[in-house]
Amino acid sequence: MKSSLVSLFGLSVAAGVALADPQTFDFKDPKGVNNAGFKLDAPLEAIQGSANGISGSVTFDPENPAATKGKLVVAAASLQVPNPMMKEHLHGSQWMDVQKHAEISFETKELKHVKTTGDSTTAEVVGTLTIKGVAKEITAPLKLTYLKDKLSQRVPNMKGDLLVLRSTFTIKRSDFGINPAAPTDKVSDDIELTLSVAGAAAH
Amino acid sequence: MKRALRLMALIVAVAAVTAWLALGAHRGWTRTSAPVKILDEVTGIEGVQYRKQFVPGLDFLGAALLAASCLAGASLFFNHRNTQQ
Repeated sequence: MKSSLVSLFGLSVAAGVALADPQTFDFKDPKGVNNAGFKLDAPLEAIQGSANGISGSVTFDPENPAATKGKLVVAAASLQVPNPMMKEHLHGSQWMDVQKHAEISFETKELKHVKTTGDSTTAEVVGTLTIKGVAKEITAPLKLTYLKDKLSQRVPNMKGDLLVLRSTFTIKRSDFGINPAAPTDKVSDDIELTLSVAGAAAH
Repeated sequence: MKRALRLMALIVAVAAVTAWLALGAHRGWTRTSAPVKILDEVTGIEGVQYRKQFVPGLDFLGAALLAASCLAGASLFFNHRNTQQ
């Protein structure tokens, strides 16, 4: 009896270890909901828009969120603002130069101050943000929400899990060579970035 | 001619103000698309999609009022026709 209990315990531990394997989540979103927003203060009206050309992958272990690693990429050409002239300037060589620098990317290095409550984890992510060919290490707050077995609710006939990432942080456009000549009383140097994305890991 | 220019100026100004008020009285730049928020109920993510929509801003209103002022100003170069002769 004692030995069978020990075996059962051993099996359950083994199963637990097997279940705790890290999963790789793909952030290409067929629903087109994933988005990265940006906002810059300006005198008449804040310049704000979003980009939805998001791809990349993140490896996440629900048992060890601190080990999360991955890279997200935003297609610079998908940056959109409601004013056509503003969009032309935004995509142009002085601002984002989307023809020469087609991608904006963020690659994680490590997660710090990780706190997990239920399915939600908050942390500070340290990683390399590359905009317009300039790579800089930044630290940003990150919220990860692990939605087990929810993929089928989003994509019919597909079983799997979802991982939602949310982050809001501020960068300086002068740090990344984004039209450094533009006076800060016309357009602020600070750019507020908001990331809201969901990735899928099929079983 | 003087009267016609002043009438045109009035029409342009009234039409611009009416269009600006009717299409939302947007106090920013003119937009040719409007962001529409879409909620993904599973993940709670609020996505943004842009639909084509003309929303005149203060630049549109300013340009139209400037054009109306030019028309009204041009009318000053024309004298009243003397109809009593």
